[in-house]
Amino acid sequence: MKSTQLHIMVAGGGVAGMEAAGTLAEMGYRVTLVEKGDEPGGHLLQWHALFPDRRPAEEVRSYLRKRIEHRNISIITKTTVEKIRHHISGLEVNLSGGTSEKADAVIVSTGFDLFDASRKEEYGYGIYDNVITSAELEVMFNRGRVAKADGTVPSRIGLIHCVGSRDEKVNNNHCSKVCCVTAVKQAIEIRKMLPSCEVFCFYMDMRMYGPYYEELYRESQEFYNVNFIRGKVSEASVNINNRLVIKVEDTLAGRPLKMELDIMVLMAGMEMAASGMKLAEASGMKRGINRFLETTDHHYGNNLSGIKGVFYAGTCTAPMNITDTISHARAAVAETVRYLNGR
Amino acid sequence: MSAGQANRFGFVINPSRLIDYDTSDRKVREYITLREPSFTLCFACGGCAATCTAGQHTSFNLRRMNTYIRRGEIEPLREEVTRCMLCGKCLLVCPRGVNTRNVVSLAAEAIRKLERNEL
Amino acid sequence: MNSELFTLPFNLGLYFILIYSVVRSTVWFRDLSRPDKLRLQRGFFGKPFMDSLREIFSESLLHRKIFSKNPVLGYMHMSLAFGWFLLIVFGTIEADFFSEKHLNPPSHAIFFRWFNPEHGAEGFARIFSFWMDLLLAFILSGLLLAIIKRFIPRMMGMKKTTKHTWTDRIALISLWLIFPSRLLAESFTCGAYGSGSFLTGNLGNALASFLPAAEMAPWFWWLYSLSLGTFFILLPVSRYFHIPVELFLIFMRNSGITTGDRHSSYTEVQTHACSSCGVCISVCQMSSAAGIHDIQSAYFIKGLRNDRDIAAITANCLMCGRCEEVCPVGIELGPMRLIERRQGERSDRIMKLPEKYSLSRKRGSTEKILTQAYGYLVREEPERADVLFFAGCMTHLTPSVIVAMKKIMDSAGVRYRFMDENGGVCCGRPLMLAGRDREARELINHNSDMIWKSGAQILVTSCPICYKVFRESYYLEARVMHHSEFINLLIEEGSLRLGYLHKKVVYHDPCELGRGSGIFEEPRAVISYVAELQTSSQESNMSLCCGGSLGNLTLSSGKRAMIAADAARTLTLGSPDELITACPLCKKTFAQVAETKVSDIAELVAAALPAPRAAKAKTRPPRRAARAVSNG
Repeated sequence: MKSTQLHIMVAGGGVAGMEAAGTLAEMGYRVTLVEKGDEPGGHLLQWHALFPDRRPAEEVRSYLRKRIEHRNISIITKTTVEKIRHHISGLEVNLSGGTSEKADAVIVSTGFDLFDASRKEEYGYGIYDNVITSAELEVMFNRGRVAKADGTVPSRIGLIHCVGSRDEKVNNNHCSKVCCVTAVKQAIEIRKMLPSCEVFCFYMDMRMYGPYYEELYRESQEFYNVNFIRGKVSEASVNINNRLVIKVEDTLAGRPLKMELDIMVLMAGMEMAASGMKLAEASGMKRGINRFLETTDHHYGNNLSGIKGVFYAGTCTAPMNITDTISHARAAVAETVRYLNGR
Repeated sequence: MSAGQANRFGFVINPSRLIDYDTSDRKVREYITLREPSFTLCFACGGCAATCTAGQHTSFNLRRMNTYIRRGEIEPLREEVTRCMLCGKCLLVCPRGVNTRNVVSLAAEAIRKLERNEL
Repeated sequence: MNSELFTLPFNLGLYFILIYSVVRSTVWFRDLSRPDKLRLQRGFFGKPFMDSLREIFSESLLHRKIFSKNPVLGYMHMSLAFGWFLLIVFGTIEADFFSEKHLNPPSHAIFFRWFNPEHGAEGFARIFSFWMDLLLAFILSGLLLAIIKRFIPRMMGMKKTTKHTWTDRIALISLWLIFPSRLLAESFTCGAYGSGSFLTGNLGNALASFLPAAEMAPWFWWLYSLSLGTFFILLPVSRYFHIPVELFLIFMRNSGITTGDRHSSYTEVQTHACSSCGVCISVCQMSSAAGIHDIQSAYFIKGLRNDRDIAAITANCLMCGRCEEVCPVGIELGPMRLIERRQGERSDRIMKLPEKYSLSRKRGSTEKILTQAYGYLVREEPERADVLFFAGCMTHLTPSVIVAMKKIMDSAGVRYRFMDENGGVCCGRPLMLAGRDREARELINHNSDMIWKSGAQILVTSCPICYKVFRESYYLEARVMHHSEFINLLIEEGSLRLGYLHKKVVYHDPCELGRGSGIFEEPRAVISYVAELQTSSQESNMSLCCGGSLGNLTLSSGKRAMIAADAARTLTLGSPDELITACPLCKKTFAQVAETKVSDIAELVAAALPAPRAAKAKTRPPRRAARAVSNG
């Protein structure tokens, strides 16, 4: 069968979904991209700048937007994929709203949800005004102003790593991979925006695994005077001056440490998206450790679902940065084409 | 090499400053690990020591105690280990699910036994 | 047919157990503390004695409590106990009534049919024979159930049944043999003489039709006597010792003796009064939700009775108190376990003689640490306040509870001081749960001092663990209130203006607050005032443990999560909007596993407060909270 007659559904229009759809369209396949939000783009839509080079997120956004401007791609927004079923003539994909479409293959790219920081109650997110998440800080960067809830300028900000990651108390034993480097990036941006504001990163381990990450870390120390304290914050409270007070052990000094903060930024980790979880449950897709989708092999089958015609792309399988997500999406396309050609 | 010989080079390593892993006694570690396997899960984040009720008043530090026991360094713990109030806050904080209260109780028990040569 | 030799095993057994009981009771009485001796003596001549007789009748014979929990199991126990009792009573009457002599030895009544093989042919004797057969049939029906229970526990609605020791097994076999052998012995005799009523008569006739009944009968009379004798002799070393001991326990309890905090005759009596019925196993969440089947109270008590090493069993218990709630014998299982935990620490300190008298430095240093562990605590001079708020260690990890309490107290105009705002000293209860009362006492003294100096009239705490120890082990002038009680008081006296939240909620009783302290009504009153309160299948005194309990010293976090998930599932069967609790530990434990939002009762009430701007516009309500309490 000619590729132009084959139809591929892509579930989720974030970075992975957009890249996969664009690549498939380019190869001549007919693609339907299903996105639950108002427009494709995913989490990247609210991001200000990207690590490690702090380039504007807009650059990657416009790359991806161009990628899906193709006559082979039709985009359905405000819609989720509810269920994938096997049908005599291929796959049938049920969409929210009751409609369904036939497809020859499906790429699942439902992505991740940001960890709901209110689940770590001891950090006071949703209880104290000046406790925010890394995503909310990014929105502040977009607006060009980092300020306390009452509008005043902060003089000390703390960034708390591993919120909702590496923590069995919230059933997430995994490392979300991107938070360490995001924290360092955000610390630098704060320092650039507010040179008189002190910035502290509270980390358990600095996981600077990617190209230029370690360099960014070094830069933050060398040029931006970002402070790093090794210890997990145990709890936060508010004192009489309405300043946040955190408790942490400075594990390198071996003593408990107390610190007042104006703003506490929680580096929320990645979790399997709730919408993806529903889809997985309805369609019999296996979920592995920490609830992410289980692939057939961690080394050479990490786009394969084990279900005929269904492939995985991006952070629905594990936390990844944008670079890895794009590569993973292209690999999913390769697996999809291999499957279609081999039918 | 005797201490006198070392002196000729102008410095001495104070024996108490050195963790001599070859001669240190890891009986306490074995005693605890056998009875509370979660003891080995600690990744030294310090959450327990940060939240610790007793740690606000004294040098008791569960994270450090864990490391010391793993290294076979019991001497610094003798005084410290009984200061824990067993309030259990650390149990709620620990991201690795270490059964911290049991670790402290077992450490105290093991040290008592060690002193009586029952270990 | 007048050889009486076969009665020998029975007589030996009977007199042995009678003498043993008298000696054992005397020893127990002797070992009681002076006040308990007085209680027992006073009880013997007063109301407790009558109460005990009543209780013995309804519990030891009729087994009313087991009956209400599980009718089949209740019937089994009742038919065996009450049936046997009636058999002895009416057997004695029969023997006395129809014999030439009065005041016969017990064996005469037990083996009546042997001595009077032709008895019961007509008239009144016939009716009596019928009655005796009926009782025997009643007992045999219970025995049948007991055998079924042993081999197929599920048929009796039991999840697990207790494991037996070898003495238990022999005693059990002899017990099981008693009534069938009596049936056959009587039937053969009746068959040989053509006497007996509907059971023994008919069975006797049937057997005699193809067997030499007269020759067979003595064998079964021997078996009957042997079974009885064996059972009596093994009684003190088997679990069936509970039958006589329970009578003793009932009398002691009704006389006002309680378990206290150390081993005594009373704990000994309780240990032996356990029938290993296994009801405690059925309700234990460690078994039903976490798959741990060897630490339940029945095993704990059995280990204690058989003098095994039960340190691991002792420590591995949530101390939730559900088993104590259902124990048909009324054994104080929680206090018993705590005593054993303290015992563990003590036995650890037992020193060998040479060590004890040596002047080794090491021993000295241990003693020093043990006598004062918390010498580092600094005593501060507290501010004075009417109401003292003690959040508790755990509550600092649930700041929404603290924020809610502040809002509520501010809104009601309560003049309070936040005792542990910057972190306090532990209340001491966790140490007590670990069996370390001496160290706990240091913390209790420290906190007591602070509370006394503050001059507070009310001490409010958000933590049920603190609440229990404040109430039971602190000597305070201040009235101790859990925040649910305090909020209820504020609502009752009209200090709080609250809206109604259109929410369905379900309430989880924290173990230490509910079963532990008897606070069931106040939280429910508060919740019903602001929201719609659903009921759940496991409520109040049978509420579930969240699994987070500090009472368990060894349970892994994974097993805790299993218990929590199971409890949360049961609680939220009615799909409530929120799962409400009144304990920071329960909140954190449930929050980890529950799909439903978990809130503290204080948060629920704070959400029902009018919007802050509206409240500010109004004048503050009068400060009545402290005043109300000085009267109460």
